[in-house]
Amino acid sequence: MTTAVLQERTHYLNNGYGLKSWLLTKDHKRIAVLYFITISIFFALGGVFASLIRLELVTPAGDLVSSETYNKLFTMHGVIMVFFFLIPSVPATMGNFFLPMMIGARDLAFPKINLLSWYLLIAGGGFAIFAMMAGGVDTGWTFYTPYSTTYSNTYVIATALGIFIAGFSSILTGLNFIVTVHRMRAPGMTWFKMPLFVWANYATGVIQVLGTPVIAVTLVLVFCERVFHIGIFDPALGGDPVLFQHLFWFYSHPAVYIMVLPAMGVISELVSTFSRKPIFGYPFVAFSSVAIAVIGFLVWGHHLFVSGQSLYAGLVFSFLSYFVAIPSAIKVFNWTATLYKGSISYATPMLYAFGFIGLFTIGGLTGLFVAALGIDVHVTDTYFVIAHFHYVMVGGTVMAYLGGVHYWWPKMTGRMYPEGWAKLSALFIFVGFNLTFFPQFILGYLGMPRRYHAYPPEFQVLHVASTAGATVLAVGYILPAIYLAWSLRYGPVAGSNPWGATGLEWATPSPPPTHNFDRIPVVTHEAYDYTAVPQEVEVV
Amino acid sequence: MSSEAHAHAEETLALREQFDTAEQQKDASTLGMWIFLITEIMFFGGMFAAYTIYRSAYPTVFAVASSSLNVTIGAINTCVLLLSSFTMVMAVRAGQMGKRNMIIIFLILTLIFGCIFLGVKAYEWNEKYVEHHMPGQAAFHLEGTPLQGPAKIFFSLYFAMTGLHALHMVVGVGILLTLIVQTRAKKFSAEYFTPIDISGLYWHFVDVIWIFLFPLLYLIDRHLPK
Ligand SMILES: [Cu+2]
Repeated sequence: MTTAVLQERTHYLNNGYGLKSWLLTKDHKRIAVLYFITISIFFALGGVFASLIRLELVTPAGDLVSSETYNKLFTMHGVIMVFFFLIPSVPATMGNFFLPMMIGARDLAFPKINLLSWYLLIAGGGFAIFAMMAGGVDTGWTFYTPYSTTYSNTYVIATALGIFIAGFSSILTGLNFIVTVHRMRAPGMTWFKMPLFVWANYATGVIQVLGTPVIAVTLVLVFCERVFHIGIFDPALGGDPVLFQHLFWFYSHPAVYIMVLPAMGVISELVSTFSRKPIFGYPFVAFSSVAIAVIGFLVWGHHLFVSGQSLYAGLVFSFLSYFVAIPSAIKVFNWTATLYKGSISYATPMLYAFGFIGLFTIGGLTGLFVAALGIDVHVTDTYFVIAHFHYVMVGGTVMAYLGGVHYWWPKMTGRMYPEGWAKLSALFIFVGFNLTFFPQFILGYLGMPRRYHAYPPEFQVLHVASTAGATVLAVGYILPAIYLAWSLRYGPVAGSNPWGATGLEWATPSPPPTHNFDRIPVVTHEAYDYTAVPQEVEVV
Repeated sequence: MSSEAHAHAEETLALREQFDTAEQQKDASTLGMWIFLITEIMFFGGMFAAYTIYRSAYPTVFAVASSSLNVTIGAINTCVLLLSSFTMVMAVRAGQMGKRNMIIIFLILTLIFGCIFLGVKAYEWNEKYVEHHMPGQAAFHLEGTPLQGPAKIFFSLYFAMTGLHALHMVVGVGILLTLIVQTRAKKFSAEYFTPIDISGLYWHFVDVIWIFLFPLLYLIDRHLPK
């Protein structure tokens, strides 16, 4: 009976079948699905590399793989996870799908460019995977010179080219979002009526557009240095390898916000929906996204405290790094204040939101530890840093990503996921994550350096705990892959607004029709106004 | 948006389905191009940053290396490029007035000037190759300074920056060719010439980059005491 209901109506999924209708689609929702499939594969691949790393570290001796192979494993784990999963994660999937719907538009401003950006990610990923199959790359995901330009005998060129191309995918997504938010809002949808998810993706777009070209040109220079033997970073000529680090981190610090700002946008939606209250201090949360985007460009030097940067530069960068924590803290406090006296429901997406708030807070606070010059000198290049940024990237972004996937799954597919299994896997992920990465804070503080495949026996207990945690975490990640696929066929039919949420995306049937709205809505209510929840749309 | 205006817009031009009005579509395209150009500024910005740092580290070597470049040829090429910008403006103007023949004439003129620039640039690069001023050459040598390393850095920047600029010119030439074909196919009218308009923005941007590159690369030694 349920399948019949879904098939009677034309929606974006059954509007055209066959490979061609997908590979040439200009529908932002289908492109989002293409991205979703693509980055899920990359996530699995990066996860395989991570598993091998954790397996190697079960014993103190470097016995599972050679040190050369180990170098390649952590490099490829970093490259795949950062550039091919985390950077596109929330914006390219949920941003692509819901940003136009949330502002009442029929599509993004440039649908062809949107499709192009997916093909660029595929092309970039192709180069990266070619490099891995041909023999891998061992420079670390940071490509520090002169090792990457002169000494490494691995596939640096193909990998750099892959990241370069994928970078343009990211730029075009950001450009599309910015223009769409400026020019495509429905009548009455003023800036301060937009959901905070839109604000977050807009601010992310600014970083993508301003930051990504800098790493692109940096990789071009590395490429030219390897291929044409020009010398920009070559110390033998009087060049400065630290210049590379400056250019690299000028992008790669703001890139952290490309990964985490859209995740924060997801959390704003979840916290509001599942406590049935408007986000406390909406304008502050909105502007804090913009503030993070701006200040985030001024802190890159905290990655160079021990690279021979001047002490005064170190002081300024340290101060600014503390400064950029303020807008992040504003968000956390406002989410917490939103919960106060809310009618909270503990559906799976909300569990992920709670997970995000707790883990991101730990990641953010330990970020302050490493932004302090004295402590950073002690913990530079140790597992403390690894644990810190995994709390932000995995505890933050991946948690929000999964929360968002569960939250919008009924809208994207028309079906509910199985709540019991989802809660169980959320629990696995939370427990597994902490068991994996909390011991790494201690390991790092005790002096375990990153990027070593052998270590003194004293560290073994903590490493085994971490690997055990990674196993639990892996189960937590595999479960959703199974039950979400199952729900596509057997999940209960969701209806248009199963959560009683307020965004315009819920004012469409599930799954939405190709052009989203039969009639462009006129917006009269504030964001998160629960007196005006979109009614169940007649699905016939 | 009234359906009447919608229907009217659809008659005169390809109004894509995500937009309500022709004006909205044009605004979106123009904003998109401006944001793309900001991206380009950051792209070149990385190289300008490297240039700034090395020039302040090795001022005299950079001056000596700069004086080995041919200022006359560089100046002529600058004029050629400025002329091409002028003809591009005229093409956009012709687009506003809907005069297809004039659009084609001015686009072809722009194309010719662009190709002259690229030809002269290729001649200059070859000259550098012959003089052993290419950083990859084993026989690299620059007269007048004992510091061959920083001299190589200057020429690395010279080739990287002018090369990247030339690459943008080549893309521009491709865009001009496409526009010429589209104009011949009567795609544009006084109501709809957005592609010509935003391609003009791109072309001028590439010119402006050269306006910075020319003094930074060719004229460094002018203000040093002889
Ligand atoms: Cu940073």
